[in-house]
Amino acid sequence: MKPAPFEYIRPKSVAEASVALGRRGATTAAIAGGQSLIPMLGLRVALIDLLVDISRLDDLKAVTETPDGVWLGSLTTHSQIEDGKTPDVFGGLMRRVAGQISYRAVRNHGTIGGSVALADPAADWPCCLIALDATVRVVGRSGVSVQRVADFIHDSYATTLTTGDIIMGFDIPAPKAALRWGFAKVARKSGAFAHSIAVVTAAGKDGPATVVLGAAGPRPRPMAATANQLAVPATTEEQLRAAIATDLDANFEGLDAYQKRMHTANILRAARDMRTQ
Amino acid sequence: MTAITVELNGVKVVDDVEPRLSLADFLRDRCGLTATHLGCEHGACGACTVMVDGLATRSCLTLAAMADGRSVSTLEGLRGDPLMALLRRHFHESHALQCGFCTPGMLIAARDILQRHTRPDDKTVRHELSGQICRCTGYANIVKAIVAAGQKMPQEPSPPPPAATSQS
Ligand SMILES: Cc1cc2nc3c(=O)[nH]c(=O)nc-3n(C[C@H](O)[C@H](O)[C@H](O)COP(=O)(O)OP(=O)(O)OC[C@H]3O[C@@H](n4cnc5c(N)ncnc54)[C@H](O)[C@@H]3O)c2cc1C
Ligand code: FES
Ligand code: FES
Repeated sequence: MKPAPFEYIRPKSVAEASVALGRRGATTAAIAGGQSLIPMLGLRVALIDLLVDISRLDDLKAVTETPDGVWLGSLTTHSQIEDGKTPDVFGGLMRRVAGQISYRAVRNHGTIGGSVALADPAADWPCCLIALDATVRVVGRSGVSVQRVADFIHDSYATTLTTGDIIMGFDIPAPKAALRWGFAKVARKSGAFAHSIAVVTAAGKDGPATVVLGAAGPRPRPMAATANQLAVPATTEEQLRAAIATDLDANFEGLDAYQKRMHTANILRAARDMRTQ
Repeated sequence: MTAITVELNGVKVVDDVEPRLSLADFLRDRCGLTATHLGCEHGACGACTVMVDGLATRSCLTLAAMADGRSVSTLEGLRGDPLMALLRRHFHESHALQCGFCTPGMLIAARDILQRHTRPDDKTVRHELSGQICRCTGYANIVKAIVAAGQKMPQEPSPPPPAATSQS
C-alpha cells in the first residue's frame, strides 16, 4: 500500500490549481480530503504524475444560506454537516446522511466535493443531492458551468469533469415547504459502503414526493412510479411494491431476486420513515 | 522532495519528505514514534488514528506533505493528558486489550468519543467505535472501559495537550 512516486504542489488559488491540473503531458489529480484518492494511489488503481492539493483553498470552503437555499463549498466536510455547522433547511436530512458516512476520522477530512467528483455508485452524497435537486458549479479552462448533479454524474465513476476542472460547490434549493424525508441504507457494517441507499423526500404535507435509489446500478436513479404512488392518499404497501418493481426494471439492469427484495425493503423502510413525519 | 514543518506532540519538526510518504510512515519511520500502528493502510481498521489540528485522522490516509503547518498529536504526545490517563486506567481495569495492536488507535478514538459525547452509553460507544477493528477482544471490554471512563469524566472538556515548545 505505498503509492508510486508523484510530484506534489499546493497552489494558492483555484485558477492556479486549474492550470496545474491541465499540465500538458502529465496525468494529474486534485486532492481534497484524500480519503478516497490516497487508498486508490496506494492500491495503484490511480497512477498520477502530479498531485494538486486543493484542500486549503478558501474559495472552496464557503458555506452560506442563499435566497434560494444553501451553498456548500466543495471542501465542506462530512463532519461539518454532521455537526450542524452548515445551514440546515432540509429538516435534518443532510445531517443524518453525513453522520453515517464511514467513520468519524474519515468524515473529518472527506469532502462533499470529493464524493461527488469520484461518483462511486455506492456513495451517499450523490444520492442525497439528486433527491434535493442540487446543482454543481464547476470552474475550468472553459469557464464556469452549472449542472444538475443528476446530469453531472453520467455513469459509474464518470462525470462531466474534464482536465483542469474543479468543483466549486453545490447550490441546494430550499424545499418549498418543510421537508419530510426518509433515509435508509443496507450495509454489512456501520460505516461500510452501502448495498442499497434510498432517499425519499416530500415538501410539506401534500407536496410531490421524490424517491432516489443508489448503489443499485452505475449511478443513483430517481424512481418516478414509486414517487407518484407515494403521493396517492391511502396507498397500500401492495401498490408501493408494484411501483417499486416497475421502477427497478425501468432503471437498473441485471438485479437478481435477492437484490430486488433488498432494494424493495430498503425503499419501503425509507418511505415508512418519511410517513411518520 | 517537499519541505514540511509539523508541530508534532508540541515540538516543531522540520523535514524534507517524498510527496508519497504517508503521515503514518513519517511518524513511524522518520520520527521513531511507533505507537501509531498500521493495519490495513486504506482507512478501514483505525489502528493508525492520530489527532491532526484536534481532529481524529487516519494517518494512513493523509500525506506527510498535507500535514505541513498542522499540529499532530500521537499517543506518545498524550502521555500527560488527564483524559488519556483516565482511559488508560479503565482499559487496564476492564482488561480492554489482549495483543495490544489496536490499542493506540482505540485510545485515540476513545478520547475523541469522550470529547464529543458526555457520558456516552454502550450503544453510542459501539456505533462510534465501528471504525476501529480489534481482532482479539470481541470489543466488550473496550466498550466497557470507555463507558466507565465517561462516567468518571469531569463535566468540563479536557484541557488541550501541552503548549508548543520550539526545537530546531
Ligand atoms: C473506510 C472508508 C469508508 C468509506 N465509506 C463511505 C460510505 O459509506 N459512503 C460514502 O459516500 N463514502 C464513503 N467513503 C468515501 C469518503 O466519503 C470520501 O471522503 C469521499 O468519497 C471523497 O472525498 P475526499 O474529499 O476525501 O476526496 P479525495 O479522495 O481527495 O478525491 C476523490 C476524487 O475526487 C477528485 N476531487 C476531489 N475534490 C474535487 C474538486 N473540488 N473538484 C474536482 N475534483 C475533485 C479527486 O481528484 C479524486 O479523483 C469511505 C472512505 C473510507 C476510507
Ligand atoms: S492503517 Fe490506517 S485505517 Fe488501517
Ligand atoms: S487487542 Fe489484539 S487487536 Fe485488539
